Amino acid sequence: MSVAALVEAKSLTRVFDVSKPWLSRVIERENKAYLKAVTNVSFSVGRRETVALVGESGSGKSTVARMTVGLLRPTDGTVSIDGIDMWATARTAERQKLRRRLQMIFQDPFASLNPRWRVQRIVADPIKAFGLAKDGAEIEHRVGELLRLVGLDPKDGAKYPHEFSGGQRQRICIARALSSNPEFLVCDEPTSALDVSVQAQILNLMRDLQDRFGLSYLFISHNLAVVRHMATRIGVMYLGRIVEMSPAAELFSAPRHPYTRLLLDALPDLAMSGRARRPIEGEIPNPIAPPAGCAFHPRCPWAFDPCRIDTPELAGAGARLAACHAVAAGRI
Amino acid sequence: MSEPVLSVRDLKVAFPTRRRTLTAVDGVSFDIAAGEVLGVVGESGAGKSLTGAAVIGLLEPPGRIVGGEVHLKGQRIDHLSTEEMRKVRGKRIGMVFQDPLTSLNPLYRVGEQIVETIRTHTRLGEAEARERAISLLQEVGIQGARARIDSYPHEFSGGMRQRVVLALALCAEPDLLIADEPTTALDVSIQAQIISLLKRLCRERGTAVMLITHDMGVIAETADRVAVMYAGRIAEIGPVRDVVQHPHHPYTKGLMGAIPTLGPKAERLVQIPGSMPRLDSIPPGCAFNPRCAFAFDRCRVERPEAMPAGQSKAACWLLVESAARSPAGAPA
Repeated sequence: MSVAALVEAKSLTRVFDVSKPWLSRVIERENKAYLKAVTNVSFSVGRRETVALVGESGSGKSTVARMTVGLLRPTDGTVSIDGIDMWATARTAERQKLRRRLQMIFQDPFASLNPRWRVQRIVADPIKAFGLAKDGAEIEHRVGELLRLVGLDPKDGAKYPHEFSGGQRQRICIARALSSNPEFLVCDEPTSALDVSVQAQILNLMRDLQDRFGLSYLFISHNLAVVRHMATRIGVMYLGRIVEMSPAAELFSAPRHPYTRLLLDALPDLAMSGRARRPIEGEIPNPIAPPAGCAFHPRCPWAFDPCRIDTPELAGAGARLAACHAVAAGRI
Repeated sequence: MSEPVLSVRDLKVAFPTRRRTLTAVDGVSFDIAAGEVLGVVGESGAGKSLTGAAVIGLLEPPGRIVGGEVHLKGQRIDHLSTEEMRKVRGKRIGMVFQDPLTSLNPLYRVGEQIVETIRTHTRLGEAEARERAISLLQEVGIQGARARIDSYPHEFSGGMRQRVVLALALCAEPDLLIADEPTTALDVSIQAQIISLLKRLCRERGTAVMLITHDMGVIAETADRVAVMYAGRIAEIGPVRDVVQHPHHPYTKGLMGAIPTLGPKAERLVQIPGSMPRLDSIPPGCAFNPRCAFAFDRCRVERPEAMPAGQSKAACWLLVESAARSPAGAPA
């Protein structure tokens, strides 16, 4: 699979400096503080595939998304698109070419559209930036086509973003993302600001567009049900690491990592209402001072000695990987 | 059945504007019995939060109740003066809001806030009130309550803060608890903890709960009965199992199909075309008729009242139609 992969992320790590200002540090005699938002995350996205990363807040999933699309430089590790390393390429021209092929859809359709620009200009911006059209008439034609594609009227191009509802704005964001003919879209919580009936419209639209243009998605979400609906493969993140990576169906039918098991148990769901919910004890630890060994061990009912010392690596047979000592030892 | 704790009859909330009066809640009626959890679910703009605010008399001006009655244990409370209402609020009706950080005063220790509330509503002295506060904090699952009572709100995590808010809401032993999106700001693993806590506390005390949320999953797992709101009206109300598994109103059917679930995977989500009408353009007749696949002439002219449909009640003319066609009265 990795041979044909379109996007390949290898041992991505990102550290943020969260130290106090120098003077405060000197006065309070504190050291510099670092937050490891993402540690050693690897995944690949094949053509026409949807890979999802799911996790609670602070698990590092948005940081991975931003590194994958090139908005954030990884502290360590590489992202390559079609074999070209995104950060090693020194020449801007080559990177520019690469950039055209990947786009991003953000969570908040209210914050990600310029309120002073008309929709026409917003959608046309990538076309102009990458020089994909000869003249104004062609741009206008293309924008109309894109708006129709996402279920809006070409006449809507003359309006401003505030004249649209949340769902319609997200459609505009999708039209903008598609305007450079990308192959790969990174979607960071694309529907979590939307109502369920609107969410269904957007998710269906995204599936249709994928079929039509052969797109690949990296889909970031905290909602397991949405992820199950969209993804072919799912990575579950906890405190900056992928703890389990599995094909979607298997992840839900036979979760391996204890965190995934407990998360599925804790999830309120229509199809399983009436069953007893078992909440996960405790809270997500502070990422500045994560627990030693496996970060999940303080909350894990299956934790044993190695979990408190060694950080488990992703391991397993075939496409089903889990980072857990207990799973590796066959205890669960 | 004994007298309901809360009885709302034909409640109307309106916002006068310069041009016209906008009716945001239009003829809402429901009862909540002691120890019962009524879920109020709807998409944004459905009027669910306004219904809750109207019940506790916290409508933001210029919004006001323009019709209907609210009875708390037989006493009419919708026309009380501000001063009288303040005594009811807190003492007989507790509240939990979405964001625990904004419902706690950041400048006071949590203990001070709880003690103040207890002393406002009971005759307990300072020391007794403090003991009571500590036992309340223990009851909502805050470990080391005796030590943590003197912490400030920012020293607690989101889930812990919501526990403090819950303790605050329950400290005067209210008859009714109104929880407006109590878990929306929390991660799923924490959400499950808060939901089960809320359920346990209210069952033990026989508190009636009005649980307002947009998350049907939370409703399915928590509520006994559910009211589905659309454009300021109740579209369907009934036992949660019936509404979730055998919805009668076309809007409820669409809503259930639109929610991705963890159950058997659907290829496509059910899509309700369009979006909820704005308050200034609610169509005549049934508010849902422009988006409804089954709408016929009567729906566009005459507004349906809640009609019995199985165990539930739904406001839909199809129920009358199908009853007329088939003597069994089973709706399609």
